[in-house]
Amino acid sequence: MAVHTANAPAAETAVKKESKLASLARFREMGLLAFIILLAVGVQIRNPSFLTVENVVDMATNTAILSILAVGMMLVLVTRGIDLSIGATLALSGMLVAQIVSANSSFSPLLAVLTGIGIGIICGLVIGGLVSWIGVLPIIATLAMMNIYRGFTYMVSDGKWISSYQMPESFVGIATSSVFGINTLILIALFIYASAYYFISHTRTGRQIYAVGSNPESAKITGISEKKILMLVYTLMGGLSGLCGVLWVSKFASAQGDTASGYELSVIAACILGGVSIAGGSGKLGGVILGAVLIGILNNALPLMNVSPFWQKGIEGTIILVAVLLNVAVKRGVERNHLLRRRI
Amino acid sequence: MSEYVLELKGITKRFPGVTALNNVHFKLEKGEIHALMGENGAGKSTFIKVITGVHAADEGKIYLDGKPISFSNPLEAQAVGIAAIYQHVTNYPDLSVTENIFMGHEKVHPKTKRLLWKEMHQEAKSILTQLGSSIDPKREMGTLSVAQQQIIEIAKAISTNARIIIMDEPTAALTARESEDLYRIAESLRDQGTSIIFISHRFEDMYRLASQVTVFRDANYIGSWGVNDITNDQLIVAMVGREITQVFPHKKHPIGEEVLRVENLGKVGYFADISFSLRRGEILGLTGLVGAGRTEVCETLFGITKYDTGSVYLKGEKLHIRRPKDAMKLGIGYLSEDRQKQGLILQWGIGRNITLPALERFSQKGWLNEKNEAEMAKRLAEKVHVKAKSIFDLASSLSGGNQQKVAVAKLLTADLDVIILDEPTKGVDIGAKSAIYEIIQDLAMQGYGIIMVSSEMPEVIGMSDRIAVMREGRITKMLEKEEFSQEAILAAAMSEVQDKTKAG
Amino acid sequence: MAQKSIQPYVQRTLSAERPFSIKQFFFQWEWLLAAILLGVIALNTSLSPYFLNVNSLRDATMVFLDKAFIVFPMAFIMIMRDIDISVGSTVALSSVVMATVYNSLGASMEMAVVICLIVGALCGLINGLLIVKFKELSAVIITLATMILYRGIAYIILEDQASGNFPEWFGFFGWGYVYGIPFILILFIIAALLFGLLLHKTTFGRHIYAIGHNDIASKFSGVNVDRTKVIVFTLAGLMAAVTAIFLASRMGSTRPNIANMYELDVIAMAALGGISTAGGKGRLIGTVIAIFIVGYLQYGLGLINIPSQTLLIVVGALLLFAVIVPKLNLSRLKK
Repeated sequence: MAVHTANAPAAETAVKKESKLASLARFREMGLLAFIILLAVGVQIRNPSFLTVENVVDMATNTAILSILAVGMMLVLVTRGIDLSIGATLALSGMLVAQIVSANSSFSPLLAVLTGIGIGIICGLVIGGLVSWIGVLPIIATLAMMNIYRGFTYMVSDGKWISSYQMPESFVGIATSSVFGINTLILIALFIYASAYYFISHTRTGRQIYAVGSNPESAKITGISEKKILMLVYTLMGGLSGLCGVLWVSKFASAQGDTASGYELSVIAACILGGVSIAGGSGKLGGVILGAVLIGILNNALPLMNVSPFWQKGIEGTIILVAVLLNVAVKRGVERNHLLRRRI
Repeated sequence: MSEYVLELKGITKRFPGVTALNNVHFKLEKGEIHALMGENGAGKSTFIKVITGVHAADEGKIYLDGKPISFSNPLEAQAVGIAAIYQHVTNYPDLSVTENIFMGHEKVHPKTKRLLWKEMHQEAKSILTQLGSSIDPKREMGTLSVAQQQIIEIAKAISTNARIIIMDEPTAALTARESEDLYRIAESLRDQGTSIIFISHRFEDMYRLASQVTVFRDANYIGSWGVNDITNDQLIVAMVGREITQVFPHKKHPIGEEVLRVENLGKVGYFADISFSLRRGEILGLTGLVGAGRTEVCETLFGITKYDTGSVYLKGEKLHIRRPKDAMKLGIGYLSEDRQKQGLILQWGIGRNITLPALERFSQKGWLNEKNEAEMAKRLAEKVHVKAKSIFDLASSLSGGNQQKVAVAKLLTADLDVIILDEPTKGVDIGAKSAIYEIIQDLAMQGYGIIMVSSEMPEVIGMSDRIAVMREGRITKMLEKEEFSQEAILAAAMSEVQDKTKAG
Repeated sequence: MAQKSIQPYVQRTLSAERPFSIKQFFFQWEWLLAAILLGVIALNTSLSPYFLNVNSLRDATMVFLDKAFIVFPMAFIMIMRDIDISVGSTVALSSVVMATVYNSLGASMEMAVVICLIVGALCGLINGLLIVKFKELSAVIITLATMILYRGIAYIILEDQASGNFPEWFGFFGWGYVYGIPFILILFIIAALLFGLLLHKTTFGRHIYAIGHNDIASKFSGVNVDRTKVIVFTLAGLMAAVTAIFLASRMGSTRPNIANMYELDVIAMAALGGISTAGGKGRLIGTVIAIFIVGYLQYGLGLINIPSQTLLIVVGALLLFAVIVPKLNLSRLKK
């Protein structure tokens, strides 16, 4: 909408008060961090075993997988899409790799990880093709593929679990070993953050993802191929899910048909908490990681605070709802303040 | 070497059902600001799209520096130094100013392809300084004002080393002071040898900036003149193509008692202190520049959005309108500006479109009676002379003028006292325009009070009984019939700097 | 300068007869669906001798019809270009509340059933209100959040316990017959008729289509878009509660993880029935056929011992089929 905007501030025309919520927008990451610290302190007071090295490492490894997926999901959300299939992709990749290593104990861990990523990439390519080339709505395409991948997982597993005793130690070691005293899982996550950071802020393609999400029409005029970008983000998401499948199975030393069922919701929650806009175009890596950390802490802290684990879903749902509604309220506040400053 | 940087000869562009450009010519010199003028629908927008490679011309040739050239996509036009700044700013609101400037031609490290942010920020800063702007290149685009965003678009054009910059109504949404900044920028670019095609409805812009003016009308090339070689009146005749009064049907419509009164209506950020009254059989023209707040006023009267202050009286009774249905029940109808998005359901037939606002008229307790519906649709469609075979013809298959007639027919389903028409002839060809004017006059004769929003001056002058002129959210002038003139309207519509002290 | 003369207008007449084209009549999605349904029945018959048996068909119908009730309001929602992925959770929450007020709070079963319906409708109402009050957010994200929330509340109430011990008469919903016809089938037919009439023969239904094609134009035409949406989402919640009653009755108990991923089946059935995810299109008769296609396909594959979880693939594939085929068809016609 074209509206006049005066250069001079015009406080005299302000009939109503400016929205205070709007100032929240500027301090989003800081606010999230402060909240995490407050939460940690609160939990620590209730239960001193919270901030022990053991528990913190446990929390960090749990959060590692969540945050890797959240990085991929952020890119999908930035393009105005959504991917509900990641839990299923993760399970399928985990199950297939677990079957391979249990049948062939000399299979190297690195090869296992690469196989997992490969399976994930294939899964992601299918979704990317559906969304970008055929034009199926992301929610429909990923809902359908979620079931197909989940069904495949049950089919190849024949309903049986693969447990730790069937897996070679080297494979379980992927998630439990450490390099330079730091858990491998955490290292992998750090590596993913660093590459993602470089990719989204220092390469053309990375910025094009944001351009497509911010204004697809302009992107077309600029000559950016929306199809290629969509294909890319769903493929990346698939690859990361495949990677996490291997990590998950290695960490929990078990692969089953319903592995990570519903996990996509926690991932989306982490992104929304981290300030990724559902309307596309914006989302910061730092925010998303903080969002994942917050969800990770909540999951870990509830049992420590003697809250029944059955409250977890309810709390998660409330958090997502409050976070998205608050986002909107903040945005409206910003817009309202813009209007108030306009001189008429 | 040719003396013209850009020359277009005999360009013709057809779309299904319409010829958007018919054998038009254009010549642009180096370091020249060339105004392109014409009414809405004259073909200016299509012409720009041909120059920038968005559309390919069906016939005709384009010469750049005397050499023939053709573009198959916008990137090719950009590569040879042609940039366009569109009327509706096309940018990435979530990204930084620097990114907006460099999107598509980023600076990257020659080997690693890493983006060179520091260099880009610096260059953005220096281009902006050169444009006399102190905007921080790291700011998010969406937080800037429209005027600032326009400056960014110009910076983007400069960063691509554009030699030819097309500005499509850049001043439409700007205040006087902001326009002045823009003029200054355009002039300094010109002095550095850039050629500018400046499209505007404002005569002021043209006189202030351009040395040449080219006029299009109804997809045709009318002529090119030096700005000093043509009088205002001649230019208007060239643009409008007729004596203003002649095209408008003159039927005497008796003016009756007051039907609508608006007192001190205001909406934060959009308009303030809007007061006027409307009588039966009266056509009140509401004009002003795009963005003056006309549509916003009308939308609050119709209940699309809420007003914050003031009151509205219909036939002496104070109204509480919460949604369009309330307005329609009380007797206010609205013909929206954007037929395709707000007016019609294009995938539906004519009949269903007409009956949508008044389903309860032929239904019993919510049950549709399709026989009665068809009868009602047929009767109303015939009343406004829609050209079609049957009421089941899809709205999308109709021409602009016929779509508008269907939209008018929708209004006739309700028992109205006041009809608000927002740009009723926008994008409608001349023949259909006359028909729509006839319909409006007929409606006035039948005793409806009519508010007609229009940017086309001849139309406002020719049709209205009184004219309210808006500027920056306020009514600045109420003109009676004997005071009507282009100059009077323009004077009230344009913001004058010295006037600012009195306002607000 | 030459003047354009105003054309004297000719009195035109428009036909009010609906044009009938044989090609269009046969070129309908519903015929394809009917053919697929026949194919499914033929396939099942060839795979299992037990399939084409009145008793087995009847039993099969009872099993898959419970979720079919949600398909109708879901079709309305999808015609309006929205989606509701919280319906499975609504089923779980309303059934859990029903079982809990009966078993723990000592309410009568009649009362519990009424409460179940109220809870379902309330869940839908909340979805609807949030969607119209926060237009910046898509229905996807809002119902995603409430999907987690509703099931979360169900878990808080029952943890991972099952709750049953319903009185004997309650089993009638799931297992009862009236003159040899399953009670659920009778209710399904009534629901299909009611929703069909509502969509195709009332002003409300017309408004739903209008909103699906162009919600802005609908608003400008005086359609109360917000109210229509809230009502439709509330209907979806209410029908989810109806499903909850049949499901709890048939299974004899309920637990928080009941009806997991029902939204997929429901959306797949609606999409297969010709309800376009792009909004504005589709008829209810298509969804009725689609319900039987999906139901009999699942039942038939069950007969030849394909594990139920593998059936996920079938439903997913059917959903893809339903959304891809119209697109392919269209692009070929354009060329």
